[in-house]
Amino acid sequence: MPEVLQAPLVVEFPFTRSLGPVQSAFLTGLREGVVLGVRTGDGRTLVPPVEYDPVTAEEISDLVEVAHTGTVTTWAWNHEPRRGQPLDTPFAWVLVRLDGADTALLHALDAPGPDAVRTGMRVRIRWAVERTGAITDIACFEPYDAEPGPPAGRQPGRHTGEFQNPLTGIVAPARLDYTYSPGRAQSAYIDALATQRTVGERCPSCRKVYVPPRGACPTCGVATSEQVEVGPRGTVTTFCIVNIKAKNLDIEVPYVYAHIALDGAGLALHARIGGIPYEEVRMGLRVEPVWTQGARYPDHYRPTGEPDADYDAYKELL
Amino acid sequence: MTREIAVVAFAQTDHRRSTEESSEVEMLMPVLHEVLARTGLRAADIGFTCSGSSDYLAGRAFSFTLALDGVGAWPPISESHVEMDGAWALYEAWTKLLTGDADTALVYSYGKSSPGSVRDVLTRQLDPYYVAPLWPDSIALAALQAQALIDAGHTDEPALAAVGARSRADATANPHAQLKGAVPQGGYVVRPLRTGDCPPVGDGAAAVILAAGDRARELCERPAWIRGIDHRIEAHALGVRDLTDSPSARLAAEKAGAFERPVDTAELHAPFTAQEVILRRALRLGDDVRVNPSGGALAANPVMAAGLLRIGEAAARIHRGASDRALAHATSGPCLQQNLVAVLEGDPR
Repeated sequence: MPEVLQAPLVVEFPFTRSLGPVQSAFLTGLREGVVLGVRTGDGRTLVPPVEYDPVTAEEISDLVEVAHTGTVTTWAWNHEPRRGQPLDTPFAWVLVRLDGADTALLHALDAPGPDAVRTGMRVRIRWAVERTGAITDIACFEPYDAEPGPPAGRQPGRHTGEFQNPLTGIVAPARLDYTYSPGRAQSAYIDALATQRTVGERCPSCRKVYVPPRGACPTCGVATSEQVEVGPRGTVTTFCIVNIKAKNLDIEVPYVYAHIALDGAGLALHARIGGIPYEEVRMGLRVEPVWTQGARYPDHYRPTGEPDADYDAYKELL
Repeated sequence: MTREIAVVAFAQTDHRRSTEESSEVEMLMPVLHEVLARTGLRAADIGFTCSGSSDYLAGRAFSFTLALDGVGAWPPISESHVEMDGAWALYEAWTKLLTGDADTALVYSYGKSSPGSVRDVLTRQLDPYYVAPLWPDSIALAALQAQALIDAGHTDEPALAAVGARSRADATANPHAQLKGAVPQGGYVVRPLRTGDCPPVGDGAAAVILAAGDRARELCERPAWIRGIDHRIEAHALGVRDLTDSPSARLAAEKAGAFERPVDTAELHAPFTAQEVILRRALRLGDDVRVNPSGGALAANPVMAAGLLRIGEAAARIHRGASDRALAHATSGPCLQQNLVAVLEGDPR
């Protein structure tokens, strides 16, 4: 078996999310050092607060301020923190029921070791130095032995949820790292490209040659395995003229992007057409690949100078 | 219910740590061919096709449309997909057959966890406002649940280790299992869960065929009739739930008719040892019920397929006469958040 091709793949995206009134009050409150819960119809206080009662689905909005101290309801010792987690030294994951709340909040507890953590222990919030209105404004919890008490100088109780400059949304960045391996058929295709050849695979049932091959004939649902070298020349089956310059793409507009049926291929692939004024590109134009030094795929296709292909020769490939 | 619907065939891959030499469709296609061959059906004979998978696992956008290449979807087929475990794809197919629109259905699911870090990938299914920004990985959340169970006095670490050991011992009889035999319990991953309390990370696929009424009897000597199937979900906020119990699994089981008569076999989708303890209590499974004879998710846990595997394994036992009435369970989300229960029966022998 040939060597498995692999490449690192990073999928990274910032999710921009709008907040409902309760979420906005809670996260803005964290920015201001205030922890808010929401009261349900049956008188429970949910922290963190949600927009709808998880039992009755009733819309809820009665906000109350709760304490910065609470009790651990369950815990798990994390001796190897992972990227993005609240602390980069070993810590305990905890669910904490803050004093005044009936439900628990998930966060990290900074403790010297698992022997220092137990269910029922008392903890308090350690605030982040810079706060923006996010759950990470709570840096973590820390052990706290004193009796339950109100936040400094304030009495827990009803809260309007009104703050200066309330948050209306958050940006939640996400990143996942993968090692991409394209599989048997696409690996063979990529290996062939390294020697400037284009190799497709033929379906044993319908005989169609797929370029690039994906390992299966989508029409017949069977594996393809017979490798077939196609091209290098081909025929433009259809095309479009690109007039808007793409970001980070160093190609002058207008240029032509075309579907090209390589000779012997059962379907067209797509590539840029060069070496000819854009207004002269046409269906049936015969083209060949242009490779640049060290490239892993053709830079573009250019006219071969042959007479145009008959429409009948490629109409099934449109 | 107006139509009797059965699982008539089941196939699965060997589950392995990595299938890096294969694309998703290359991994899946042999299973599709195998399950069709068991019934003699061709893809074109199938009335409805439904699959379950997640693009996030392998980091491949639209991976399910590429996987469809392995079905042979031409002329155009009646098809659907759920971004969930294949057990929920089976639920959709079951409802489709109930309507009478189709007499047969192909259900498949697959997951390649090897390209990424599944512990981190699964954080992306969590509440994006209050939870996901903390990146609590799947083992951490399961460990919080396990500790709650220990605190409640329902289990302890040796009992959890025994669940793992029993699962991997049973898996020696399962040629497809990834982790089998004597496996060291190992050190803590996230305390109180040790390596042995956690499922292996791997790649795999599963497929079943459903058929209605007489069609099922034609295609299978002893169809595994779906007597009931139901799924229920709990609140997403972990701190709102009682993590030591699974009211959603219990309610799904009740609605599926699981409590009407005892089952002899249960295939539980419990990726972590403590979750089997919770499910046994919630589903009222006595010591006389054979739990996870396949080894369960602790022996092979291809994410997105592991729940469908439970239904397939339970059905296969009925097919071969090793069970008369089996419960199959699938779960989704952190800490058994969402649960599906199916009750399968064979005709009297």
